[in-house]
Amino acid sequence: MCIMRQGHKEELMEFSEHIKTANVEDVVLHQPLHPPSRGTLCITGHHLLFSDREENSTRQILLLLRNIDAIEKSVENLLGYSSLFSKADYSKRISGSSGTITVKCKDLRVLQLDIPGMEQCLNIAHSIETLSCLNDVSEMYPFFYRPSDLSSQDQWGLSSSEKYYSEHKELHKRWRLSSVNRDYSVCPSYPPAVIVPKDIDDDTLKKVAKFRQSGRFPVLCYYHRKNGMVIMRGGQPLTGANRKRCREDELLLQAVIDSSDKGYIIDTRSSQQVQQARMTGGGFESKSSYSCWKRLHRQMEKGKALQESLIKLVEACGDESQNMDRWLSKLENSKWLSHVQTALSTAGLLAECVERDGHSVLVHGSEGTDCTLLVSTLAQLIMDPCCRTLEGFLALLEREWVQAGHPFQLRCAHSAYSHVRLQQESPVFLLLLDCVWQLWRQFPLALGFSEALLLRLATEAYFSNYGTFLCNNDQERCALGVKEKTYCLFHSLLKPTEKEHYTNPLYEPTDLAIWPSVHPQSLQLWRGFFLRWTPQTRHLEEAQEEIRNMVIEWGKVALS
Amino acid sequence: MCLQVEQVRLLDRFSNKSTNGTLYLTATHLIFVESSSNNLTSILHHHIASVEKLSLTTTGCPLVIQCRNFRVVHFVVQRERDCHDIYSSLLRLLRPVSYEELYAFSYNPKQNDQQREEGWQLIDLGAEFERMGVPCDQWQLTDVNRDYKVCETYPRDLYVPITASKPIIVGSSKFRSKGRFPVLTYFYQEKKAAVCRCSQPLSGFSARCLEDESMLQAISKANHNSRFVYVMDTRPKLNALANRAAGKGYENEDNYSNIRFQFVGIENIHVMRTSLQKLLEVIGTRSLSMGDYLEGLESSGWLRHIKAIVDAAIFLAKAVTVEGASVLVHCSDGWDRTAQVCSLGALLMDPYYRTIKGFMVLIEKDWISFGHKFADRCDQLDGDPKEVSPIFTQFLECVWQLSEQFPQAFEFSEWFLLQIHEHVHSCQYGNFLGNNQRQREELQLRERTHSLWAYLLSEKQNYLNPFYSPAYCEAHPVLEPSTLPYHFKFWRNMYHQFDRSMHPRQSILKTILTLRENSHKAESTLQALENVSEHLNLLFHTFGLFPKEGQYVQGQDDEDEQDEVGEEAVESTDMERTVEGSSGTESRKQSYGELEGTYNNELAKEEPAVVSLEFGVARMTC
Repeated sequence: MCIMRQGHKEELMEFSEHIKTANVEDVVLHQPLHPPSRGTLCITGHHLLFSDREENSTRQILLLLRNIDAIEKSVENLLGYSSLFSKADYSKRISGSSGTITVKCKDLRVLQLDIPGMEQCLNIAHSIETLSCLNDVSEMYPFFYRPSDLSSQDQWGLSSSEKYYSEHKELHKRWRLSSVNRDYSVCPSYPPAVIVPKDIDDDTLKKVAKFRQSGRFPVLCYYHRKNGMVIMRGGQPLTGANRKRCREDELLLQAVIDSSDKGYIIDTRSSQQVQQARMTGGGFESKSSYSCWKRLHRQMEKGKALQESLIKLVEACGDESQNMDRWLSKLENSKWLSHVQTALSTAGLLAECVERDGHSVLVHGSEGTDCTLLVSTLAQLIMDPCCRTLEGFLALLEREWVQAGHPFQLRCAHSAYSHVRLQQESPVFLLLLDCVWQLWRQFPLALGFSEALLLRLATEAYFSNYGTFLCNNDQERCALGVKEKTYCLFHSLLKPTEKEHYTNPLYEPTDLAIWPSVHPQSLQLWRGFFLRWTPQTRHLEEAQEEIRNMVIEWGKVALS
Repeated sequence: MCLQVEQVRLLDRFSNKSTNGTLYLTATHLIFVESSSNNLTSILHHHIASVEKLSLTTTGCPLVIQCRNFRVVHFVVQRERDCHDIYSSLLRLLRPVSYEELYAFSYNPKQNDQQREEGWQLIDLGAEFERMGVPCDQWQLTDVNRDYKVCETYPRDLYVPITASKPIIVGSSKFRSKGRFPVLTYFYQEKKAAVCRCSQPLSGFSARCLEDESMLQAISKANHNSRFVYVMDTRPKLNALANRAAGKGYENEDNYSNIRFQFVGIENIHVMRTSLQKLLEVIGTRSLSMGDYLEGLESSGWLRHIKAIVDAAIFLAKAVTVEGASVLVHCSDGWDRTAQVCSLGALLMDPYYRTIKGFMVLIEKDWISFGHKFADRCDQLDGDPKEVSPIFTQFLECVWQLSEQFPQAFEFSEWFLLQIHEHVHSCQYGNFLGNNQRQREELQLRERTHSLWAYLLSEKQNYLNPFYSPAYCEAHPVLEPSTLPYHFKFWRNMYHQFDRSMHPRQSILKTILTLRENSHKAESTLQALENVSEHLNLLFHTFGLFPKEGQYVQGQDDEDEQDEVGEEAVESTDMERTVEGSSGTESRKQSYGELEGTYNNELAKEEPAVVSLEFGVARMTC
């Protein structure tokens, strides 16, 4: 399977502590879309392996333990209740006790394992519980995964601030690449290189960093070629209750725009929320100090509220009752689609400021690591055709999420089924993918990637063979040697064998902005993800596969 | 007859945008011509459900027109006087009192009598029953209703069990509402099981009818696979109980041997009408929030009703195909819910009804011939508003919901359903005029009007579903849809078909069809060994199509700079039907001329020639 180095073998030994029963025969697996099957269950440090024992079938199911969000176990020790059971049950009873483990995955699949033997069942359940939520990142599977078709010599990643800067020569006149954060000391969650106004030197940046939450001073994340306007993002200014000012911060923002011009600040919190934020040391850019900047507030939900929204939606999708009113009220109650609507309309607002009104925009919320990234990513997709290709989209995600310091490790530790007390979990990235899916639904020709890519990313962020979404920021990844010791998901997705599956066969590049409609009637539940394991979704997938085949066939005719 | 009003503003329903133009009122259409682009919005008078004059504002006099195809237009007329003229003329025009006033009697697609006759002969119900395998050793054609003497809302040709003699039929008909006795509507050959339909029995609290009991006995005996017949009463039990007080009611299981009685619980026409009104009210709200939308969707009950109909159809299909039992379906009069359930059930059981031709046959059989009261339900003449109800619309929606679950099972796309819906209300073709066959014969529709089916078949390629797979249908002859609530969706392309800003700007369906068209062309081009480069050029043009359409974005920049940036991104005020990226205005359609008519006029509701002619006339008379 994979070549393991000595060190890894030792680590595997550690896992073996958690594995009391490694193999169980005669396990029955129930999974969606398939009839139940009987076979052998195997548990290793990172995987649950089930191999089918039915005749003329050698199906194997390999499940990454990290995929498991929650398990429910029920064991039946029938010995004490013999009088309650009829004769038919009697034979079952004497064969011993048995147990059932329901496995709820982060990809929303629900599996059931019927395991003979109560003790074995409990052992397996215990192993799953322990191994599926190991906290030590360096013990996670990406550090052990050795694909045969990728070389570790390959360059890691697709894009970076440096690359973006060198690709946009127009930037060079007024912007520079700063390495003030080369040792992550100015802002722990930023990458070593960032793009800032040319007139602002590194010392000024250090002072600005002290005035912004988590040191996230405003940096450029997008340059709009059509009119030279930019999108910047950062953390909130730490004005506090005393309305503290920072001359350097004001200078930085002033340097972004011409003296005659004005800019917009999109704050992803309501005006009420920002007033409250002042009491805890946060704040906003006041009109008097930033006279050329106009603030726009759009309240976006994040954190716990968003996680709870996801939990409610997934619960609603799992409700098998036939009651239409109940479904619609649960759907409404989850508020997930409202969050989709808000995210898309805020992104539309941002894009409108830049593309239609021709102004530069600074986006932030409080930390600037969640909704800020969501909005800036979507706005770039709306405006910039380069982001809409498969490579372009992955590069965008790498710049705006991985390098910009979205804390994947914290946000994606658990998903909708977990019983663990929520801490920092929040499906912001999933919300992004849902919004991108809505864009794709409305402009099925304008995006170069397929729904399959979005589905893949929606799971990779939670559990993966690759190192791309490990850790919370560049600094942590650097400390663990992620780039040296793991493989890059994006490169794997772009391999010729994989790429075809993730491209949109109908893709037709357009230079125009793609403005989504955000009427509630125009937005839909992302069935491909939330109802993924139903036969109806399978039918849709088949139809999409059909499109691919047809287009390829017609392409051949056209070319011959 | 013709009115012309200058300087009218057409407001967009969901944004603050508007366009200026001239309004023309002709004998058949209300036409709005945009002054900047000459884009044309034309509304057939028959499509107008209501006209409302709102109170005068500083900018003029607002006029709101609601159409039966769910178009809503909002004009502002500068002079109150002009507005009143249009208003009162429309009021007169949209309430025809006799059938002869309907558009179908003046509509002339330039066909000769022979073509017209051929159009009417396309659908032959006798042949349809033969296809099902009827008459056979158990079922026969009866001439009892040859002269509409037994039941005037039934067709002349009816199929009954061999053992049902004339006295039984006549006796049974007297015991049923409106004389609608049990007759065959679908025969499932594989299990020799029958789907029969009728109206409620006049049982009251205790009345019996031996002939009616024998009739059901005969239906039961005609099927050797099952010892009993299901009797599906599609009403909620409470409604059926209430009917007993009026001397109507339902079958008492003690009196009928071998029946299994079942209530299904589909609500009546009044509930359905109110439900749709609520739905339209909710979705017509400007700046609707997601929460209010979902809450409104729920409280309207619309999707709950749709699901109830699909549930009933599934019950019917299962009873017939799995149990091999015959089923008798009725409601009160047996022309609304019964039509919905029988036709939808047959659609689930028989792949033929999922083809374009088969779907026409199905509508002709279960809706037109069995006397669904199209004239009353669709408000063709000035009638009782309490009789109006979206029963047929619901049926089309149920079919759409199924097609969403089974993308490969239907030969037609949703555009076919939308086009049928359009013409059920347009009164442009004779098919749906009147309430029953007898009335249609009296109106001599076959001689005096044209058939919609001929027109639809002539442009069949526009309605094809590219994902349709005959192989899939062979493997899955009987559809088994899921009835879990989340499989039912709001049908945006129906209820917002004219609200351009609601729809995806690009359509997979349309692109696939265009690509296929081009690949077919490519094949023939290659075969003819024609110039290959020319061909590639054509393809290039096709691929360039959507970016070109997308130019609305730029076009808009100079025309309206919004002072407030906060509004969400909404475009063009284009009023043509714009389902999923199908293009907007006439001028855009013309710019696609290079595609040689592949997809240019697929959704033109009237032949453009006719409209422009009338338009010309309008100008001359003005």
